[in-house]
Amino acid sequence: MTVLLEQVQVGDQLPPLAYDVTATTVVLGALAMRDWRPMHHDHDFAVHRQGVQDIFLNTPNQAQWFERFMTDWSGPYGRLGRMKFKMRSSVFPGDTMTFNGTVTDVATDAVGCGWVAVDVELTVGERVCTTCAVRIAVPTTPDDNPWSRRGDRWVP
Amino acid sequence: MKTLPESVLSLIDVPQYEEEGEFPVERGYLWTVASSVENGNPLYWDEEAAAEITGGPIAPPTMISAWFRPHWWAPGRKEQKLPLQVHFDLKRLLDLPEAIMSENTLIFHEPVRIGDRLTTVQILRSISEEKTLKLGTGHFWDIDVEYTNQKGELCCRESITGFGYNR
Repeated sequence: MTVLLEQVQVGDQLPPLAYDVTATTVVLGALAMRDWRPMHHDHDFAVHRQGVQDIFLNTPNQAQWFERFMTDWSGPYGRLGRMKFKMRSSVFPGDTMTFNGTVTDVATDAVGCGWVAVDVELTVGERVCTTCAVRIAVPTTPDDNPWSRRGDRWVP
Repeated sequence: MKTLPESVLSLIDVPQYEEEGEFPVERGYLWTVASSVENGNPLYWDEEAAAEITGGPIAPPTMISAWFRPHWWAPGRKEQKLPLQVHFDLKRLLDLPEAIMSENTLIFHEPVRIGDRLTTVQILRSISEEKTLKLGTGHFWDIDVEYTNQKGELCCRESITGFGYNR
């Protein structure tokens, strides 16, 4: 499925994504991203040195989850331009993390690229763990492909 | 209020640690990453889709930092090499043993392709005055990282905000 710009409106909600986090989720995500720091795989280090309850999802792996959430919605023609995320609270094994996204802007830029802005929240229960402001390019017509843009025609 | 040492202030806006990643972008790693978050985007799994949409396989944009994280160990290396060395330099220079990352911005430009050799450069942009949070007392700092490919094309600009502190 490919989302076209004309199909998107401010206020639209993206399909939510829920995932049960295990120790494997945390360790696999950290090591896949080549993050060897012990708070992402060593329970004793996380608890006794960092003062947190358990190992926790690392930032680069959270970026992976945000990317997946966005492109599950946009389809493969969706091209990420910008992501800004703020970490407020950690995600631990045993948590069910949920991603929700709301469209905050729909626009075409000066070089004809269609952009959708989405505010995404990663929550565990009532706790907001990370917020992420995403700017993603989507096709303006069935023949448009944001990935074909280079140089001055790509302004993320 | 402690004054920041000149050795730290003099690093602001100075490009540091320009270096090439330790290995070229390769497909096995991107499959591991996509698999770790169960990302079924056909750009990463389907040859025909990748050829049609992106002119061949690309890496997930958000895995950009993985390509410059050093190996855990390498022959002849006496000390562990660290990613984002400017961050660790600041911890040492300011005597702040703990740190967290609080904010991160990624701006994506040219896609990263299989076989690319990426180069990074780190630039300290700012350091805050001393702050006391629930975690402890220390400083926020902003570091930019620029990633370019072997053609000199900008692939990503990353801005990271860290907080180094004493508990």
